[in-house]
Amino acid sequence: MGRYVARRLLLTIPVMLGASILIFAMVYALPGDPIRALAGDRPVSPAVVQVLTERFHLDDPLWVQYWEYLKGLFQGDLGTDFRGRPVLDTIERTLPVTIRLTIVAVIFEIIIGLAAGVLAGIRRNSFFDNLVLVSTTVIVAIPILVLAFIAQLLFGLKLGWFPIAGTREGWYSYVLPGLVLASGSLAYVARLTRTSIAENLRADFVRTAKAKGLPPRRIIVQHTLRNSLIPVVTFIGADIGALLGGAIVTETVFNLPGIGREVFDAIRAQEGAVVVGIVTLMVFFFIFFNLVVDVLYAVLDPRIRYD
Amino acid sequence: MSQSQTDPTTRRATAGGQLLEVEDLHVEFRQRSGVVNAVNGISYSLAEGETLAILGESGSGKSVSAQAIMGILDVPPAVIQGAIRFEGRDLLAMSAEEQRQVRGPGISMIFQDALSSLNPVYSVGWQIGEMFRVHQGASRKEAKRKAVELMDRVRIPAAAKRVDDYPHQFSGGMRQRVMIAMTIALDPRILIADEPTTALDVTVQAQVMDLLKDLQRETGMGLILITHDLGVVNEVADNVAVMYAGRIVERGTVDDVFTDAGHPYTEGLMASVPQVEAKGGRLQPIVGQPPNLAAIPSGCPFHPRCAHRRLGADAAPGRECSIDVPPLRQVVPGREAACHYSEEVLGVRAV
Repeated sequence: MGRYVARRLLLTIPVMLGASILIFAMVYALPGDPIRALAGDRPVSPAVVQVLTERFHLDDPLWVQYWEYLKGLFQGDLGTDFRGRPVLDTIERTLPVTIRLTIVAVIFEIIIGLAAGVLAGIRRNSFFDNLVLVSTTVIVAIPILVLAFIAQLLFGLKLGWFPIAGTREGWYSYVLPGLVLASGSLAYVARLTRTSIAENLRADFVRTAKAKGLPPRRIIVQHTLRNSLIPVVTFIGADIGALLGGAIVTETVFNLPGIGREVFDAIRAQEGAVVVGIVTLMVFFFIFFNLVVDVLYAVLDPRIRYD
Repeated sequence: MSQSQTDPTTRRATAGGQLLEVEDLHVEFRQRSGVVNAVNGISYSLAEGETLAILGESGSGKSVSAQAIMGILDVPPAVIQGAIRFEGRDLLAMSAEEQRQVRGPGISMIFQDALSSLNPVYSVGWQIGEMFRVHQGASRKEAKRKAVELMDRVRIPAAAKRVDDYPHQFSGGMRQRVMIAMTIALDPRILIADEPTTALDVTVQAQVMDLLKDLQRETGMGLILITHDLGVVNEVADNVAVMYAGRIVERGTVDDVFTDAGHPYTEGLMASVPQVEAKGGRLQPIVGQPPNLAAIPSGCPFHPRCAHRRLGADAAPGRECSIDVPPLRQVVPGREAACHYSEEVLGVRAV
């Protein structure tokens, strides 16, 4: 197992390099002039344009720009944006917001999604089961943008339970955006759990558990849940990697200064260094949590061995 | 059917010496498409130390009747009627909790496919030990120690080393031994083995059957062996009940039934077995298909496939094979068959 993890971690290096090249090339290919975008409507003197162009190697070919970027990277320097702020500082400022949002979203996924899925799976075709099926379908069908506005209107304005924007009230500010962000995955977790439980309840080893004279509770908890959770844990793990990539819509609608919103602004402003830095970090999170899932998979299911 | 090979002195005697009495057991499954009549009024009994083979093809109701006895059918969709008396107490009249406590120490069951019947995410020691933890409140350590003992008893080599291994790490025969160890953990009075050797290759089959017989000799438990393998029945069973379309069509001692069948279906089964002496000859299958349990033929359910059937004017009054259901009746002493013309079927093979 240790060797497997080491090998996978080593493999992330070429993947990250490849990803950063691709992102770099895509930013390079963006139409428009970043300096003009920075200046907006104000006139810019040719001297300023020249200084900025030279400092950010804007006239150099792609590979030269990338090489300059890599040189900085190996010295722990992710570069600066056009205003001279280090990208690392930007990440340090915005990442905690996204991490908090992710934590809240995952808690919702686990608590609501799992509970709904388990109950629906155990009581198949019951009223509750049908309720879960219908409501998850509705949630998945509504775009997250619409859900976000509905949540703001209902829980924020009408009922006044939660703040609708910003992070001033600490963790409490994250409840509503977390719920909105989690909604899609939550519905998926509920359905996945339901199917998995219903399937395992028909398994031969559950019949054996009954024949062993085990109490009904133990048959569910020990002999059905544990086996059913394997695919669910896999999904949630991979989803954490995706959520940490930031949620552009949710962070924008709820005015949360996370990395999703930051990268969106950076793309509009053609801030190459910021986009490459943050997106590469997102790729890293995704790869890392997929590795965690693979390791967890072997822990949960003894049939899987990597050595 | 109470003939006993072993001396059950170590066991408490029960009313009439019978461990299990099944009386007029019916099992049906109510589905949207209609009612499936899986078991249609079977009765039998089992004494201590007795081995009763229940013989039949797929869909004859043999497994379903066993699962009804175990109380592991989901009700609904299953509907169970009749009486199942274990040591004189009707299991069907018990509460779910009382029934649960019979499973394990009272009646225990082995399934056909040990790989899918064992939980893949727990070690075999954990799964065997679970019997002691749940039914006797044993500690984890104690349960594991007893699990190793049991694995030794069912002759799994290096039991102490293998107790923490998982089911997929064992061979088919060893897995079935794990299954057996688990089911005999609490010294059950009745062991139901549902095709315990079907998934195994022939040499391993013999070892597993030998093991079951040895365990039976040691404990005096009653063994219900569900199978479609005539060879296994012939070797290990005392009595045999042949099932067709959810009914028992013939029963008697294995020696009697195998020597001379009293029901055309049993006769067909015997004739379909490959004979070493008749090498090169053609196998004789039973013509036709097993009946659809949602639409069992009228009269004798076997009549569409029967070589001895008598229809219309050929039939004796009240014994028209497609109209009158033949009751299971004594044909000769110690022998019962559900056929209007059993006397004619008997002795046919000798001719």
